[in-house]
Amino acid sequence: MTFTELVLLFISSIFVHNILLSRFLGCCPFMGVSSKLKTAQGMGAAVVFVIVLASLMTWLTYNYLLVPLHLEYLYTLSFILVIAALVQFVELALKKLNPVLYKSLGIFLPLITTNCAVLGVAVLNMNEGYGLAAALVNALGSSLGFLLAISLMAGIRERIEGNDGIPNSLRGLPMALITAGLMSIAFMGFTGIIK
Amino acid sequence: MSQSKFRIITNGILTDNPTFVQCIGLCPTLAVTTSVANGLGMGIAATFVLIASNMVISLLRKMVPDEVRIPIFIVVIAGFVTVIEFLMKGFAPELNKSLGIFIPLIVVNCIILARAEAFASKNGVFESALDGIGMGLGFTIALTFLGSIREIFGGGTWLGMPVISFEPAMLIVLAPGGFIILGCCMGAFRAIQARFRGIGATPAEAKTGCGCCAMAKFCNRDKDECEEAKA
Repeated sequence: MTFTELVLLFISSIFVHNILLSRFLGCCPFMGVSSKLKTAQGMGAAVVFVIVLASLMTWLTYNYLLVPLHLEYLYTLSFILVIAALVQFVELALKKLNPVLYKSLGIFLPLITTNCAVLGVAVLNMNEGYGLAAALVNALGSSLGFLLAISLMAGIRERIEGNDGIPNSLRGLPMALITAGLMSIAFMGFTGIIK
Repeated sequence: MSQSKFRIITNGILTDNPTFVQCIGLCPTLAVTTSVANGLGMGIAATFVLIASNMVISLLRKMVPDEVRIPIFIVVIAGFVTVIEFLMKGFAPELNKSLGIFIPLIVVNCIILARAEAFASKNGVFESALDGIGMGLGFTIALTFLGSIREIFGGGTWLGMPVISFEPAMLIVLAPGGFIILGCCMGAFRAIQARFRGIGATPAEAKTGCGCCAMAKFCNRDKDECEEAKA
């Protein structure tokens, strides 16, 4: 891939194919931890960190372990194990090396193992047949897209919380889903910027 | 079948419906309900994995040490997901293609891990299978229902048959439609629930933060910090 293609991939993975608003990966934390801006940013930062590391590890696992052994069909099993082990390892390392960062990101790490965004990006990289550079760029772009979308969402939810105009049965999650739908319409406007 | 066994099944379909009541497994729900066939296919695939993994985990429950149970559950689930992937590639290649990466992502579907942890690891094989059937049916019904709405109003067809005469709204099949239709359906479901409980009763407040997460029950690490961050 040329440099221009990598830049285009980066931009399109943030805006055009936003991981939350157009690919629907990682919706559980998007709905679950988006009621406060600060928490949402913490979660987003943890996701960026883990997705980039996990993409590197799963790319290496796939290309240097599964392909030479002709065990490609075991990718689901091996990816989830690699991700689970990685998350545990990152948690331990952060606790030891950087307690301040651990305090702000650590609480989100256990949640991330079963976050479909992490496994989703790893599988996407594999399906698209990306090289290492492209896989990392795609991972970084997708996870920054996650951070962007969840921060915007939390900003909006902080404002609509406690609004008496919302009917009782729509409070909380249903309203958040409708808000996400409107954000998704706005993000569709980016479709034209590439190609 | 005794009353209590029957209740395990209805529990998954109505009382604890994974999509509308527990609000878990949102990603596949939003992504694959663009048509009835996709919704139904995803529901059946997840049901298969749910029943099989529930039964195996229930068989293993006395042998698995408590500390490593989550990784073991995930391996069992991933094994069955690989099996269903093979089956779909062989027997339903079209469906496999349109569901795409959401088939391998059944592994991280919170419904399956949550049932393994909350039910199968504490109950017998037969009850766990019934729970799998109930939860799977609840999920399948919800996906088929959402798929029907989106296909009828967004594409003008139902299972490929043309049903409406007016111009369908494309937006409903696209990504934003997924969020908006699910939000509206969830709201309607709650309004109906509130009506049954008696007029004036407030519907159950949506769970957010840790309460929304399927891992909440067994994510015992740093729970205080987590609550603190949430508040």
